[in-house]
Amino acid sequence: MKRLAYFPGCAMKDQARPDEAGTLHALALLGYEIAEIPRWNCCGTVYSLAQDDLMRHVGPVRNLLRVQGMGEKRVLALCAMCYGTLARSARFVQEPERLARINAFLDTEEDFRGGIGVVHLLTLLRDEVGYEKLPSHVKQSLNGLKVATYYGCMLLRPREFAVDDPDRPEVMERVLEALGAVPVPFPERTECCGAYLTVGRKDIVEERVGRILRSARGGGADLVVTTCPLCQFNLTERRPPEAPPLPVLYLGQVLGWAFGADEPTIAALLVGQPTPGEPVSSGGAR
Amino acid sequence: MNEVTVFIMGKGYRVPAGLTIMKAMEYAGYRLTRGCGCRGGYCGACATVYRLKGDYRLYADLACQTPVQDGMYIAQLPFTPAERPPYALQDLAPEGQTLLALFPELARCVACNTCTKACPQKLEVMDAVQAALRGDIRQVAELTFDCVSCGLCTMRCPAEISHHHVWQLARRLNGAYLTPRAKHVQERVQEIAARKFAVELDAFMSMDRDVLVAAYKAREIEA
Ligand code: SF4
Ligand code: SF4
Ligand code: FES
Repeated sequence: MKRLAYFPGCAMKDQARPDEAGTLHALALLGYEIAEIPRWNCCGTVYSLAQDDLMRHVGPVRNLLRVQGMGEKRVLALCAMCYGTLARSARFVQEPERLARINAFLDTEEDFRGGIGVVHLLTLLRDEVGYEKLPSHVKQSLNGLKVATYYGCMLLRPREFAVDDPDRPEVMERVLEALGAVPVPFPERTECCGAYLTVGRKDIVEERVGRILRSARGGGADLVVTTCPLCQFNLTERRPPEAPPLPVLYLGQVLGWAFGADEPTIAALLVGQPTPGEPVSSGGAR
Repeated sequence: MNEVTVFIMGKGYRVPAGLTIMKAMEYAGYRLTRGCGCRGGYCGACATVYRLKGDYRLYADLACQTPVQDGMYIAQLPFTPAERPPYALQDLAPEGQTLLALFPELARCVACNTCTKACPQKLEVMDAVQAALRGDIRQVAELTFDCVSCGLCTMRCPAEISHHHVWQLARRLNGAYLTPRAKHVQERVQEIAARKFAVELDAFMSMDRDVLVAAYKAREIEA
């Protein structure tokens, strides 16, 4: 078993529980001993764009400090937003002067020494597990299910923290292919869902969500997959009446199902598909 | 007499060492009509901030529980303005988003931990805010069980959260919905309703006041 420090983030303990459950199920089968960070705090969510807003980095850095306290060198995030915020702060404190100021502020903690890496589930599967390892763990193949891989913005922007090529990402497609799904052409897959405008400007979010779902349906998708709880919320709760009624699941739910966990939505979608359970050879419709 | 010098609201006084801040203020001539209650560390009325010479920290504590030190600069905070939105407990559900919906400023927490440092009860205040953010009501209730509502965390918080009101709601939700009912209490209530103790209760109800007072004073008190 490989020990891996894990930062859940607030959503995984509330709205996004199914994502966490599926992911942890799969990671255990892949040989990871998941160690949740003790006393973690909110990642900081929307990171500040101000150059000198040191205060906004205190929260994320405190989490990285807990990882250091565990004696670990890196930390896993599942949520696209948590990943972005933690990765950004890890980089922010690479500059010694900023690190010194944060440490001076955190006067009741041991000093943060930096050097903690932040990984996302997708990069872990690609860079460490390897796509080719995934099929051998598949207990129930996605069996040709047509999926639309929705990245949104947080996984790919800003460029320094992108989990993949921001213009032509493929990591989510490759993972889903390895599980037996068929990714469909989906031009709007990296478009923003509207994010926090969901609070004050529902109209803008609805317009975008409608466009994203039409694009997914246009490619022939039966299911939309995402890694962000806010995207998931917007794509399901803010869809305009005329938008295609596609189900939206987290990557962790899909991964968990393929690795043998229960997931009623996928089971229902696969009813009527040919020969369930047979691994389907991958090969992109991309 | 062993004395120390303290500065109360900027003015220096020689007071006997070993006094609490509250007693030192009274020794110096203050008559406390606010910022003083139980004198036992329970009511949270005596919130006080102070600095020590040569130390950048701003300390926060309860005046009735904290001994004076030489060179202390003291100011009391008898009242903390704090926002508590109106709610009816019976209309609320003990769910993830309930606290955040009533106290949206929780989401402004930057995890600076200043609240924790201010808490005279040594509670993990920031952890409780974080638990509230992710909707873990039971955790909030447990972490804040010993809160005395002194308001010191609230006065120090850069996110302007009204902590003790959040805690109170969490404990109410926890008590009303998440804690298992005590079976023996329910049984006893039913017994009383069924007039199992009718003879005894009726006797008290018809007692003369003097007799009742005497009976109360003579009651057996559990150790
Ligand atoms: S949590 Fe805040 S209000 Fe409660 S005792 Fe601690 S400092 Fe006072
Ligand atoms: S003082 Fe306020 S902002 Fe700082 S950790 Fe406590 S609740 Fe969060
Ligand atoms: S007077 Fe009640 S806590 Fe100090």
